[in-house]
Amino acid sequence: MPRRIVAGIQSVGHRVIDSIWRLGYASRFFLLTLIKSGTSLHRFTLVIRELYFTGVQSLIIILVSGLFVGMVLGLQGFETLQRYGAESAVGTMVALSLLRELGPVVSALLFASRAGSAITAEIGLMKATEQLAAMEMMAVDPIARVVAPRFWAGVISMPLLAALFSAIGVYGGYLVAVILIGVDEGSFWSQMQGAVDFRYDVVNGIIKTCVFGIAVTAIAVFEGYDAAPTAEGVSGATTRTVVTSSLAILGLDFILTSFMFRGMG
Amino acid sequence: MVSESLIEIEGLNFSYGQRPILKGIDMTMERGKVIAIMGGSGSGKTTLLRLIGGAVRPTSGYVKVAGEVVHKLKRDDLFRMRRKMSMLFQFGALFTDLSVFDNVAFQMREHTDLPESMIRDLVLMKLQAVGLRGAHELMPTQLSGGMARRVALARSIALDPLLIMYDEPFTGLDPISLTVIGNLIRRLTDALGMTSIVVTHDVQESLKIVDYVYFIADGVIAAHGTPDEVRRSVAPFVHQFVHGEEDGPVSFHYPAKPYAQDLKLEGSFA
Repeated sequence: MPRRIVAGIQSVGHRVIDSIWRLGYASRFFLLTLIKSGTSLHRFTLVIRELYFTGVQSLIIILVSGLFVGMVLGLQGFETLQRYGAESAVGTMVALSLLRELGPVVSALLFASRAGSAITAEIGLMKATEQLAAMEMMAVDPIARVVAPRFWAGVISMPLLAALFSAIGVYGGYLVAVILIGVDEGSFWSQMQGAVDFRYDVVNGIIKTCVFGIAVTAIAVFEGYDAAPTAEGVSGATTRTVVTSSLAILGLDFILTSFMFRGMG
Repeated sequence: MVSESLIEIEGLNFSYGQRPILKGIDMTMERGKVIAIMGGSGSGKTTLLRLIGGAVRPTSGYVKVAGEVVHKLKRDDLFRMRRKMSMLFQFGALFTDLSVFDNVAFQMREHTDLPESMIRDLVLMKLQAVGLRGAHELMPTQLSGGMARRVALARSIALDPLLIMYDEPFTGLDPISLTVIGNLIRRLTDALGMTSIVVTHDVQESLKIVDYVYFIADGVIAAHGTPDEVRRSVAPFVHQFVHGEEDGPVSFHYPAKPYAQDLKLEGSFA
């Protein structure tokens, strides 16, 4: 019996040490990516190419989801607000929900599953097919040439995608509330304009998306680079990217929100 | 002219953790030659290439390339040295997101400031040398295994290296592609005055094109010599390997307890 307890404690200890080690390894990798970003910045075409894959190709899913989220907000908002006779505030509700929370969080979750998984799979497969080793042997650093451009492309495209998500979401809310249900158009827009504060709502939302962008892409490139060079290794890494970054987004969102919105109106 | 050696390996040991892979390898490779390193799967051949390229560090001993001890070089110096060497990976390892042209141009764009018009000429010349100038617009996924290997070969001679290392260049090729790759290795080595190291277990094909052969078994050099010496050799290991015999010094059976004991037959026929 004591032996089993000792073994149990040992295995817990191993796991703790392993996860701390991995966290340190990931942080070191993140720092290396930043240090070796020089190539990406002075050969910006490398980043532009990746912007197309991570940003432009994520547009459809971001825009369609944004539209539907906005439309649902319009419906639900109207349904609740009309009980208090405040249906003209539906524009405010849609805009604030999108700018503060849903825009950054939902678009980051979509970005993680669309672009993050693709980045991990691509880098993982490049490793599995020895492309990264070949690059190393050609005296080209894969972190500078492969990892850093993808990282920066993700960091740049995330806030832009989230902005588009919120914009089209507001339009979706407008479609449902004004066009479909018939809320007064003037009060829809003017209440929204009056209630949304640029510094407090928009800038805070942008800060969130930047943090999510860094978190998701850093996780995606690390998991890809660290993947075991086999089919199972790459599929496992892709899954880990989506799971870890989703949890990171939600956790970070709570932390950021609690710093940003402390009971002020 | 006295041919000097490009690579000197002395007392080279390497182990993964507790498991020794190479145990005291000594080799000398002269400039302008094609050298084959043969041995069964898992005998440490590929590890030897990785040691020469500086991808891993030896446990003891050293590899000298052009007079410099590889594992003592700093990262920048190692990268400078790697510009003079190339490695052809088993399945080519072409960059799948770049076209054939861009694959061959990759190192020129990374390491030189050549104008794009000159890069275009050079790339087409390299592709012409492997017979694939007409395929320069294709993507790697559109190539057959043999063609991909030839593009990788063109890519590896892009900056006219001193040394090319081939990791199993003949694996999975049809007989025609196999001969093509074999002849290309020989022709390019002679034309460009490089040195080639071919890690392979394809005995017949490589004996046709190489100048010298090393056999590695269980981490030590089991035999070495010119192709003619190898063909005539009566050493049991070399004979088994060259003629592909099932049993010999390399046993067919994985070590096991006696057959009868495993089938629990003891006593029943006694």
